Amino acid sequence: MFSNLDFEVIRRSLPYLFYEGMTFTVTLTALAALGGLIFGTAIALMRLSGYKTLGRIAGVYVDFMRSLPLVLVIFWFYFLVPYIGQWVTGASRPISVGAFASSLITFIMFEAAYFSEIMRAGIQSISRGQPAAANALGLTYAQTMRYVVLPQAFRNMLPVLLTQTIVLFQDTSLVYVLSIPDFLGAASKVAQRDGRLVEMYLFAAVVYFTISCIASFGVRRLQSRIAIIR
Amino acid sequence: MNYHWNWGIFFEPNPMGTGTYLDMLLSGLVLTLKTAALAWIIALIFGSLVGVMRTLPSKGAYWFGFCWVEFFRNMPLLVQLFLWFFVLPELLPKAAGLWLKQLPNAPFWTAAIGIGFFMSARVAIQLQAGIGSLPRGQKMAATALGLTTVQSYRYILLPMAFRIILPPLTSEFLNTIKNTAVAITIGLIELTGQARSMQEFSFQVFEAFTAATLLYLLVNAIVVTAMRFLERWVAIPGYITGK
Repeated sequence: MFSNLDFEVIRRSLPYLFYEGMTFTVTLTALAALGGLIFGTAIALMRLSGYKTLGRIAGVYVDFMRSLPLVLVIFWFYFLVPYIGQWVTGASRPISVGAFASSLITFIMFEAAYFSEIMRAGIQSISRGQPAAANALGLTYAQTMRYVVLPQAFRNMLPVLLTQTIVLFQDTSLVYVLSIPDFLGAASKVAQRDGRLVEMYLFAAVVYFTISCIASFGVRRLQSRIAIIR
Repeated sequence: MNYHWNWGIFFEPNPMGTGTYLDMLLSGLVLTLKTAALAWIIALIFGSLVGVMRTLPSKGAYWFGFCWVEFFRNMPLLVQLFLWFFVLPELLPKAAGLWLKQLPNAPFWTAAIGIGFFMSARVAIQLQAGIGSLPRGQKMAATALGLTTVQSYRYILLPMAFRIILPPLTSEFLNTIKNTAVAITIGLIELTGQARSMQEFSFQVFEAFTAATLLYLLVNAIVVTAMRFLERWVAIPGYITGK
């Protein structure tokens, strides 16, 4: 059944697939994870803060993002970002933003909602005595968070955050709907140009599978290593 | 923003001649729900089988379950759909491949089965965790009563486990509904797809996507409410959620 397959096409397109495609995918994943982590922490702190309104705004944001399909959110930001850019810069027409910028903003905003829930669970897993002790030592709220609660919460939540990052790595393939040459997009461009759908999609599947498998194996190892012993 | 808002667009006839733009979106919603329902049934059946296999003492069953979950979890859903849609027919014997390609509604069946298998890995993990969270005594008591393995799963372990994992299953069900949007890539014109084509025909980007967003939120609200009732109805007495 593999007799009429031409695996030469994969070898020929390797440079394009990896230099262009995989670089885009990995950069997008890393930056989106970092941005999502920063925004996610902020949202989690908003939800846990004593200010009701702040908490409610963050809650609505998280629920909203989590009830929409990622594909729809990608479309939203793709069409919305030029208008926001116009509004911010005061230009007379919607400014054109590159594919990378618009997909990066999408993923940061989308992942922030998911990361914030993980962070919230992590912060809530810290025992009450910790912030109380920090309070007794005379630390301010910011100091308590910065020196006592967040480092422990991050450590507790690191495996889950990394697992979510693997999911994010897989989800970036959805920028396909904007015809952006990420790894899958590049594979599918070659596939359509050379009429070699079977080879290219099989190869893409194998690559995604291998990377995700190795990464999740690493996360499992890490998890058993860094667990806080109580 | 110099954007021309036109909320009346929904009541204008669509260029396909199938009624208004609103009808177009609603038919997309129906397709989304149909795909999600079929996918969820497949996910529940296969997820339960694989989840049980992962808890059996048999090494072979455990490994089968392990491979199943790793296979479906470590590839993007989009790539999996491409595999079923573009690759599978080519790898089958010619006649079977041709038959598969000529099936009517191929995107619908591919999406439902593909998403179903994808979600089955997640259901399996939830169920495995649910069975694992039961006190050891339950299994022992079942054995002591003289129940066979099948009977102890059928009458004791599974009814308990499914009721415990109902909340995470709810969010997996919501994920299934959301994941149907990925099928836009293999040509399934579900809700997101209809919003996209409405935007292409009418240039009313924001109205089209706002309507799709509201419909997704509505579906979410209905599912969450229904599941909350179900949770209360099946709650196990004596547990925190029970009476």
